[in-house]
Amino acid sequence: MGALGHYLESEGLATASISLIRLHTEKIRPPRALWVPFELGRPLGVPGDPAFQTRVLHALLDLLTVQSGPVLADYPEDTPQAASESDMTGMACLLRLDAPPVGEETLEEAVLREIRELHPWYDLASERRGRTTFGVCGLPIEDVARVLFGWLSEPSSGPEIAGLAPEELLKVASEDLKTFYFEAAGGQPQPFSGRPLADWFWGETVAARLLLAVRERLGRDPDPVRRRIGLGLTIPRDQWLRLGLTENS
Amino acid sequence: MARLTDLDEFSRSAYEAMEMPTFASTPWVAAKPAPDARIAIISTAGLQRRGDRPFSIDSSDYRLLPGDTAAADLVMSHISPNFDRSGFQQDHNVVLPIDRLNELAAEGAVGSVASIHYSFMGATHPAKMERTARRLAGLLKQDRVDTVLLVPV
Repeated sequence: MGALGHYLESEGLATASISLIRLHTEKIRPPRALWVPFELGRPLGVPGDPAFQTRVLHALLDLLTVQSGPVLADYPEDTPQAASESDMTGMACLLRLDAPPVGEETLEEAVLREIRELHPWYDLASERRGRTTFGVCGLPIEDVARVLFGWLSEPSSGPEIAGLAPEELLKVASEDLKTFYFEAAGGQPQPFSGRPLADWFWGETVAARLLLAVRERLGRDPDPVRRRIGLGLTIPRDQWLRLGLTENS
Repeated sequence: MARLTDLDEFSRSAYEAMEMPTFASTPWVAAKPAPDARIAIISTAGLQRRGDRPFSIDSSDYRLLPGDTAAADLVMSHISPNFDRSGFQQDHNVVLPIDRLNELAAEGAVGSVASIHYSFMGATHPAKMERTARRLAGLLKQDRVDTVLLVPV
């Protein structure tokens, strides 16, 4: 992000940048930067809190009054404690998915069953929010899952689907799958942090097992792009330890 | 939470090892005060309008986010799994503070807001974005933009 500040400022535009990884901003030294101590993925701090977001924006705009640079300021306010464990109780109950005994259904059947169970909650969340961020690849959720299953049997080298090359579709489909689950689980009205939701998804859902299987399959692929997608772009790093994963396996 | 010391070992090591571009000096433009500025937002969250082509690995291009884009048409195709998306799912302003910027403009705290905002996909090495970013500066000036807020994810 800071590098864009260099490029645009040298073209005559004043810039002010939010910084999430302070170490990177210290190295790049953009003209004006405001480091914020927020969760990665939330540069304005708190979803659904316009007053908080406006305070961050004011602090960023204040950098425009600084007379010389580079300047790297620290935003002084942390986010209020997000939903505590007790606040997440309702979500955990809601999403205690009804898994049959192991062996009674295939992984594919289990994921499609899970999707059916979650669909009403996803619909409700979309209705409450008036929007959904699911659907980047344009396929229904069941087809998104089938795209991923396809990679477990025989990696696709076939024609484009939804206008995307097989590897592109794989990547977009994996995010669409997670988005569907996260939105279904996150439809509760109060704000919450991302970590409990991620722990629920990666620890308790069959969909996570599907993505782990895709990762394992792609990690052995001779194609370097597929290996990169599998090992680096499927499972978040902050889940590797609990899932027993490493950079190469 | 984005303090390196708060991150798990794998994430911390990855961010510490990430190669960053270095610059001999820092360019500096005398900025207009916010009440006189015309401001655009550039995000690196891999944002796009629904139906746009998703970003792919090493994408160095950008997507247009017209100021009147409905929140329901705003989606994300960043390739990295290593950040929270549930905040964006709850409220797009936590990633792209377009409503907040429009409110400040309505109050007079900001001069005016660009007609188009932009998004890159931040997992691409910044050096690959340089040419595109410099061309984009010309488009921003055509929109009479003089100030850009850069928002990572």
